[in-house]
Amino acid sequence: MAEEPLIVARGLVKRFGEFTAVDGIDVSVERGEAFGFLGPNGAGKSSTMRMISCVSAPTAGELRILGMDPVRDGVAIRGRLGVCPQLDNLDTDLSVFENLTTYARYFGLSRAEARRRAGELLEFVQLADRAKGKVEPLSGGMKRRLTIARAMVNDPEIVLLDEPTTGLDPQARHLLWERLYQLKRRGVTLVLTTHYMDEAEQLCDRLVVMDGGRIVAEGSPRELIARYSTPEVVELRFAGGADAAVKLDGVGERVDPLPDRVLVYARDGDAAVAEVHRRGLAPSSVLVRRSTLEDVFLHLTGRTLVD
Amino acid sequence: MMTVMAAGRAVRRGLFGGVSAGRVGAVLGRNVGALRSGPAYWLVLLSGFFEPLLYLLSIGVGVGALVGAVPVGGRPVDYAVFVAPAMLAVSAMSGALAETTFNVFFKFKYARTYDAVLATPVRPVEIALGELTWALVRCLFYTLMFLVVMVVLGLTSAGGALAAFPATALVGLAFGAVGMAISTFLRGWQDFDLLTTGQFTLFLFSGTFSPVQDYPVVFEVIVTLTPLYHAVELVRGLAVGPAGWMLLVHAGYLVVMAVAGLWVASRRIGKLLLV
Repeated sequence: MAEEPLIVARGLVKRFGEFTAVDGIDVSVERGEAFGFLGPNGAGKSSTMRMISCVSAPTAGELRILGMDPVRDGVAIRGRLGVCPQLDNLDTDLSVFENLTTYARYFGLSRAEARRRAGELLEFVQLADRAKGKVEPLSGGMKRRLTIARAMVNDPEIVLLDEPTTGLDPQARHLLWERLYQLKRRGVTLVLTTHYMDEAEQLCDRLVVMDGGRIVAEGSPRELIARYSTPEVVELRFAGGADAAVKLDGVGERVDPLPDRVLVYARDGDAAVAEVHRRGLAPSSVLVRRSTLEDVFLHLTGRTLVD
Repeated sequence: MMTVMAAGRAVRRGLFGGVSAGRVGAVLGRNVGALRSGPAYWLVLLSGFFEPLLYLLSIGVGVGALVGAVPVGGRPVDYAVFVAPAMLAVSAMSGALAETTFNVFFKFKYARTYDAVLATPVRPVEIALGELTWALVRCLFYTLMFLVVMVVLGLTSAGGALAAFPATALVGLAFGAVGMAISTFLRGWQDFDLLTTGQFTLFLFSGTFSPVQDYPVVFEVIVTLTPLYHAVELVRGLAVGPAGWMLLVHAGYLVVMAVAGLWVASRRIGKLLLV
């Protein structure tokens, strides 16, 4: 028998006064999945996450988490969630170890159990040697790992991560991804928001692309690339600027001129390059690459800068 | 009486319904943990104790030598005996207030401590109760030491000290709760100047240094409406006398403050952080 999805949203809406942050979205997340909300700033990702975290009541629509109502059963639901917020809110008055034990107590764990969990989790996020130290001197990546450890302290069924790697350097990101992958392998359901395409491709089984409070696309990273892009993309640079774009009409499936380069979406990148040369064009650089979620994302949400 | 009981039930169900002692204890435990973080907090703690004590010594004992006796309940007492219970009430007030204003405000607005706490099963009212309990611990630490000083200096009897001690707890709860409610309205540190001024005005004119009966009638009426007056009268009545039914009125005033403060603080924490 199919289990009810852990998270079900139907026509979910969040308004702040006149402003509609989330404008009627339908989402369902199954147990064990890694599910992503992808979108530019202001797309409504964080508002959605806060509603799922049961710290923000939906304005309209239906939301069920672990089969319960987040407004009525908030206490019970939050007891089974782990939340890693966008901005670290670790307790700077407490040591690294105490941050975990204190948090465990909020979930009703005994002191002994809290200490045991804290020790295990610091090992897991590779911070055991910092246990007695303060939080303040930790690097950004360490703080984020500690926040993830804190989110795991109650052995949650769902872990919610709001932009888990924003602001981290590449090494820190990769370490974090690897730890999150380990969590997923243990059967923990991950729900994350990100605006990094590579992160979504690395971590998510399934994702939705949000823009302006609505869902504009849904699927696995591979499906989305297949549906909204071409298998390959050719990046062309021209010494004389992008004027050459007009002469590229009809090359590949679609041509996207940018200020500094021209993107040609094609089923076969090499064939497209051959066609470019056949037309007598001489780009100063040519790069044929696989299509990524970034191409999908930019295609769906446009190139206007959102702040 | 029936309405009081009905109101009590409504408060228990509405405000405290589903409150978990364990989660309140966890919020309290967080503050115990923070005590270990370094000497800074202990320094704040100690300085808070000395302030009313220094007033007692300089004004109560020092100026008191010039003033002579003051009538309390028709009975003349030393000026220091008159001032000491007031300073005891003040130390209860400021101990609790310091915790629920400065510290709560910082955790609420800057450290974002409560955002993290509210992502767990802990509810706003449990945060409020935990912080208030911690404020009570600080308040009682001050008043216990202060009472020892009073007994040693012969400003109250051991019996008076025992009677006044629980009253200082009520004073701490009342001011702690109202202070916490006020902190949720403060916009930034600049608003603390207002708070400090308010607190200092109460400190000077609540029958602390002179009997309110000596004020012009208009001021006397105004003072009898303000909170520290009731705290001072309650504590003085128990420590020095005379005990009368008016003490119940004073205690009632403080109970209302405590409940209303808790209610407002819980509501505001939820309203501002759970949006």
